Amino acid sequence: MQTPVRDVLLEGGHVIDPATGRDEVADVLLRGGRVEAIGRTLGHPDGAEVLDCTGAFVAPGFIDVHCHLREPGREDVETIATGARAAAAGGFTAICAMPNTEPVTDNQAAVGFIIRQASRVAAARVHPIGAISVGQKGESLAEFGEMVGAGAVAVSDDGRPVVSAHLMRTALEYAQTFGIPVIDHCEELTLAHGGSMNEGLVSARLGLRGIPAEAEEIMVIRDILLARLTGGHVHLAHMSTKGSVELIRWGKERGINVTAEVTPHHLTLTENAVEGYRTAAKMNPPLRTAEDVEMLQQALRDGTIDLVATDHAPHHYDAKDREFADAPFGIVGLETALALVVTELVDSGVIDFRTLVDRMSTRPAKLFGLPGGTLANGSDADVTVFDPKFAWEVDPATFLSKGRNTPYAGKALRGRAVYTIVGGAVVHRASEARPG
Amino acid sequence: MTSALGKDLLDLESLSPDQIRLVLDTSVPFKEISERAIKKVPALRGQTIVNLFFEASTRTRISFEFAEKRLSADTVSIASSGSSVQKGETLVDTARNLEAMRIDMVVIRHGASGAARFLADRIESNVINAGDGTHEHPTQGLLDMLTLRDHFGSLEGLRVCIVGDVLHSRVARSNIWGLRKMGAEVAVCGPKSLLPRAIDEFGVTVFPRVEEAIEWAQALNVLRLQLERMTAGYIPSLREYNRVFGVTRERLDRAKREVLILHPGPMNRGVEIDSDVADGPHSVILNQVTNGVAVRMAVLYLLAGGKPELAEAAKGASGGDR
Repeated sequence: MQTPVRDVLLEGGHVIDPATGRDEVADVLLRGGRVEAIGRTLGHPDGAEVLDCTGAFVAPGFIDVHCHLREPGREDVETIATGARAAAAGGFTAICAMPNTEPVTDNQAAVGFIIRQASRVAAARVHPIGAISVGQKGESLAEFGEMVGAGAVAVSDDGRPVVSAHLMRTALEYAQTFGIPVIDHCEELTLAHGGSMNEGLVSARLGLRGIPAEAEEIMVIRDILLARLTGGHVHLAHMSTKGSVELIRWGKERGINVTAEVTPHHLTLTENAVEGYRTAAKMNPPLRTAEDVEMLQQALRDGTIDLVATDHAPHHYDAKDREFADAPFGIVGLETALALVVTELVDSGVIDFRTLVDRMSTRPAKLFGLPGGTLANGSDADVTVFDPKFAWEVDPATFLSKGRNTPYAGKALRGRAVYTIVGGAVVHRASEARPG
Repeated sequence: MTSALGKDLLDLESLSPDQIRLVLDTSVPFKEISERAIKKVPALRGQTIVNLFFEASTRTRISFEFAEKRLSADTVSIASSGSSVQKGETLVDTARNLEAMRIDMVVIRHGASGAARFLADRIESNVINAGDGTHEHPTQGLLDMLTLRDHFGSLEGLRVCIVGDVLHSRVARSNIWGLRKMGAEVAVCGPKSLLPRAIDEFGVTVFPRVEEAIEWAQALNVLRLQLERMTAGYIPSLREYNRVFGVTRERLDRAKREVLILHPGPMNRGVEIDSDVADGPHSVILNQVTNGVAVRMAVLYLLAGGKPELAEAAKGASGGDR
């Protein structure tokens, strides 16, 4: 995005910007990569591309703080370019890449590589997340300072929970120097005991080893207590249980610096999706019960859970086409997240559009200290224009991600990104993206 | 062609009581064939069957092989230790290769729950689950029910307790579903560390002590205790297991009535069951083995599209290849 971008006028859309409190039909002028003006009398500035946004919402760009881009190491499964394009198609203007690459993103050179690869593609911004420990081994701290200097925005050992409470403590202390959150995947591995789905009636019937909710909750409360001990910011990835919500609420009521995310799939599916040994519904943490789903939805509404993150995890189709216990965890999410939240949470009355924008843009930007997240004058022109009524059916073959592993294939959804604009440049236009 | 059982036999959970009754009834005429001097009828002549055993098994594999041969099918048995993954070929590739060889039926034993279903979803041949992980072992459930029905005349209202490692047992699951569908009352008994946490939702009674189970039950189905449960921390020792949960002569003697003893084998004598119980007058463990061949013949025959009412006629046809 080195070439100066043409001015863009977003005309006639419903602007929602929780950061400034704006919630009205207005035109938005983007100039020089920044938000220049918002109002109803902007006219048609010379040379500006006018995009008709009638019937659509104009929001600060969505930000996904949790995805897996597989590069370097598994470029056959996803690359930074395909992931960033998939993100743009899904309405994300920025995504945070987890460090479980091969080799692990645990040093400034590796962080710099991701930034460089991302700069070559006109799509969503990519913010690297560095590893907490060298090689994600859980032994010694990685160089947070150098990684932040190279562009990392947070640290996490991703799918490998930080087993050592001492290491987690020091990470939470050391990270404060750089003002970054420490993200943990909460799973007590000895209790999870190699399980492949939620422990309950379905796992007992299918003869699959179960992962009890407590395997997550034990680590949730440990991390909250370590945040209290250190004053550090702990961010809990992909919460899946009712008990976790109660523990986070307990921590927040006491002013502990804990934040949390939930995925679209944990908000919309239960363990029943695994019936028939469907590996497309195998993820970690596993899909839980209807009671958990309801609690997670309420927690997103009341803010106990701060934001929606996809945990986008592409896998090669061969890897998922096998016995359930042997298949890898994870599903893709970048291109279905917005529509799932619109269809299953907004249209069903759980949250309103202002809350959707807050949980998918405003809060992620604020909590992770990222550009975007607002349409205030002078801010980065990262904008998502989305049509909440557009009806479509999930067809994985049309995904821009290399991953096709989704449990939502064939599902009828409403809502899609019409324009995704990054730094004033239109990087996704629904009309050109794909049929339907 | 869809048989009265559907394309495959993957589990008992999804079978109807009528389908279960059909298999049990069809087994009866087939049982007699094994008593003849020439133990062969032409019911499956020209059919090719592959026995795919990814897990060590002697009894089940031989039982299936006899059932197939006594029905005149052409069979091949493949035994592969370790999982397909270790072998280097994926299960989906195995499935495609079998399909390409135009076989009629596959009998599969596999260490992964859902493996039989996985195969059945991908090939047109009939698939019979001979035990998948800790999910189900439907022919074992059927032969257990046939043995119980032989002895008691009916399964309706019969009180059967499954004793032991229910958590890891495919035999337990098939028995629970099958027996409940046929109107029996089912209980389980074992250390809580070896029962699924959701066991109450299976519609069974749970007895924490084996003495109570013996007091209640008309029949005990005693599960094999895998030795590795001890090293994995589920129970402290085999010795203590025998002392607390072992089905012993002494415990049975204290019961008011005779209790029929079943065991799917292979037995750990002196662990889950004492020798004098296994070899005692109320043990039907060897009847189970005999019935196993008949039940498997019935399942093979029915899946191949055989008419239930013709089973008698198929039996009547003179044995041997012609």
